[in-house]
Amino acid sequence: MSGVMRPETEAELAEIVAGAAGPLAIQGGGTRRIGGAEGAVLETSGLSGVVLYEPAALTLVVRAGTPLAEVEALLAGERQRLAFEPLDMRQVLGRTGVSTIGGVVAANASGPRRVQSGAARDALIGVRFVSGRGEVVKSGGRVMKNVTGYDLVKLMAGSHGTLGVLSELSFKLQAQPEVEATLILEGLDDGPGLAALRRALGSPFDVSGVARVSGRSVVRLEGLAGSVAYRVGQLRAVLPGDVSVVEGEASAEIWRNVRDLAPLQGPEGDLWRISCLPTHAAELAAAMGGTVLFDRAGGQVSMVLPEGQGEALQKALAGRGQAILLRGAGALPFARSSAEVLALSAGLKSAFDPKALFNPAQSRGLF
Amino acid sequence: MDMPQPNARIIARKSSILALLSQVLPPDAVIGDPAETRAYECDALAAYRCQPLAVVLPRTTEEVSAVLRICHAEGVPVVPRGAGTSLAGGSMPTEDAVVMGLARMTRVIETDYENRFIHVETGRTNLSVTQAVEAEGFFYAPDPSSQLACAIGGNIGMNSGGAHCLKYGVTTNNLLGVRMVLMDGTVTTIGGPWDEPGSLDLLGVVCGSEGQLGVVTEAWLRILPKPEGARPVLVGFAENEVAGACVADIIRAGVLPVAIEFMDRPCIEATEAFAKAGYPDCEALLIIEVEGSEAEIAEQLAKIKEIALRHNPVEFREAQDEDQARRIWLGRKSAFGAMGQINDYMCLDGTIPVSSLPYVLRRIGEMSAEFGLGVGNVFHAGDGNMHPLILYNANKPGDLALCEAFGAEILKLCVEVGGCLTGEHGVGIEKRDLMVVQFAPVDLEAQMRVKDVFDPQWLLNPAKVFPLAVSAGRRDAVTTGPGASPRTPGIFEDRKCQA
Repeated sequence: MSGVMRPETEAELAEIVAGAAGPLAIQGGGTRRIGGAEGAVLETSGLSGVVLYEPAALTLVVRAGTPLAEVEALLAGERQRLAFEPLDMRQVLGRTGVSTIGGVVAANASGPRRVQSGAARDALIGVRFVSGRGEVVKSGGRVMKNVTGYDLVKLMAGSHGTLGVLSELSFKLQAQPEVEATLILEGLDDGPGLAALRRALGSPFDVSGVARVSGRSVVRLEGLAGSVAYRVGQLRAVLPGDVSVVEGEASAEIWRNVRDLAPLQGPEGDLWRISCLPTHAAELAAAMGGTVLFDRAGGQVSMVLPEGQGEALQKALAGRGQAILLRGAGALPFARSSAEVLALSAGLKSAFDPKALFNPAQSRGLF
Repeated sequence: MDMPQPNARIIARKSSILALLSQVLPPDAVIGDPAETRAYECDALAAYRCQPLAVVLPRTTEEVSAVLRICHAEGVPVVPRGAGTSLAGGSMPTEDAVVMGLARMTRVIETDYENRFIHVETGRTNLSVTQAVEAEGFFYAPDPSSQLACAIGGNIGMNSGGAHCLKYGVTTNNLLGVRMVLMDGTVTTIGGPWDEPGSLDLLGVVCGSEGQLGVVTEAWLRILPKPEGARPVLVGFAENEVAGACVADIIRAGVLPVAIEFMDRPCIEATEAFAKAGYPDCEALLIIEVEGSEAEIAEQLAKIKEIALRHNPVEFREAQDEDQARRIWLGRKSAFGAMGQINDYMCLDGTIPVSSLPYVLRRIGEMSAEFGLGVGNVFHAGDGNMHPLILYNANKPGDLALCEAFGAEILKLCVEVGGCLTGEHGVGIEKRDLMVVQFAPVDLEAQMRVKDVFDPQWLLNPAKVFPLAVSAGRRDAVTTGPGASPRTPGIFEDRKCQA
């Protein structure tokens, strides 16, 4: 098989997979592949379009190859959105192309609102995919609550195309808030700056973003106008530092930059994304140096480090979290895992993709 | 409800299996006397019962591991059990199975408010998790109605929800990690107190797998700061359809109540007779709860009131104080008990798209007349999770079977309109044979392959979730240990262990 395959229907996709003799590199928009492409390119962009959109039920069913921008524009027309705030990693990974909704799900690509509204995997309520056996499999559906059978929806989210090719996705949506505002805390070092974020996140004021970027701690509030004003007032009274408040587009811009890791787009080096305990974040950053962006009050630390710092990073982490190398030699979409987790992952890989067709480069992270 | 033919060779070896278990557990943790194992013959789906071979009540993960290693070697099925509150028969045993009760594993291992998690053993009850953190102003969000009794282990097994999951999500959205023992005794940790595992989302598939993939002994749970306050309103309507339309408008408007509960006339009347909550005389009512500070509550309620009034409600009742708020919730919270006063009932749990609510309610009414069995509807309207309660008489021959047939028709209707068989209770044995209505063979095959990976011998809770005929080949292929035998394939008539 050579050249690029671009099925236009799920049935065609299943046929291609069933007949595939060798590895396939699944490509949505090709915007955030982590770990290189091996095999014949299988493009999903032909599987495009909205299947069902019911604003009154906050439900969207869409084909996996649909451009993310198209989905977001459609939802914005009804003042709705994907709650998990999908990030755009094209800049930071040095890629071009069009992000697809399937790619977003495959990477479980979730932005700062995760602390309040969950990740892509939490908004995803149904999937259809083609397994490595060439079978069309569905799990979940289009309803908000569903415990019927095993939750393969979660398994597919974040599997980076190692288990199947996503063909159709169902989401639970969120209404856009009336207003948003951001508190900016200046004049604090990382330690107290992150402590302030933890305090905001542990308050009853329902924050929807807590990040530390370029020496400033930022806290986002969204909702009805009166409610946001009230919560801004309450937090302003208790948070340290020189506090200022921005609203509307100025606030939105801050969070786009946090979401897309803007401060890490410039510096050269390996890009790591670390999931750890928020209280551990300042110490970790101090130990490693480099350019850092803290999201989720420190629960996610993104940093650019010189090449070859992987072992030092693992040592600093000391098992209290995990690190993924997003950009650099040996980049993989998965972190180091225990022998048991790897054995189960490898088992699932061969259960869903027994001929090892899908994304061989990424699948190496499962063994 | 059929259960697989128990393995006679295992039953014949009961005393030697008990002896093996007694080698790894203290005497009070192994129960073999039928007088005592009787307490474990059923869960909250009490119409179906069966005495297990034995019951073990381990105190540590190491003990769980030792028991599983023995049962794995001996080919003995194991049925994990939290508090036994499953409405779907999730912890109902078979005669050849060892029940693994987690009731003695209730410790809080760690609470960490700054990092917003609690690490507990999974025999701990749901409510006691919240109680462990509420002094510091935190709570654990999933709140099934049985929260006083149900265990976190069972919540994870069934991916339990609750009234407030409209805002906070269900168990899977609040679970960070687990310590789990596989059937062969391997102890593993999946996830942890941080957000992301960095691997395939094994946690996502373990949550809701009904105790078929492993025995979860510890869990890291997200805890959240308690909102400053909460207040319900009650809105009565002259028609179910109008109440349904009002729900859709509220959701659409972008107000996010923490709960929208729905009750229809039969339920309202039953609860009034039982709990005397002072509900209005109407066809349908909604209880809508919002959270926040006083000012925020007022702001949200003003929006909700504006929307509700457009639908000409029979009544719009705002709680003016704590006592009035309590009375608004009183009827809803006693609905199941009230229906139980009138009759035996079967509680269904199908979920439908919110937009299909009026149609589905009308069809259920029509079917109720066809089957000659009454039905009351009380459910989580915001997310379309229905709870039709079908009334029947357990002492009347044939009534349970008629009720089951009616229930099956309602669930098929839920699937037909784009919904599912179960929103929060789980499949268990109750909805097992209806799985083919919602899933194609290839879908079920994909799910069973996951179990093959975690539990290749199909020894963990094997007779659940999948129709017996569909899982027969896997369950019968017991190849190891003295329990190995060519069990007769297919669905069995087992007169001893069924309703």
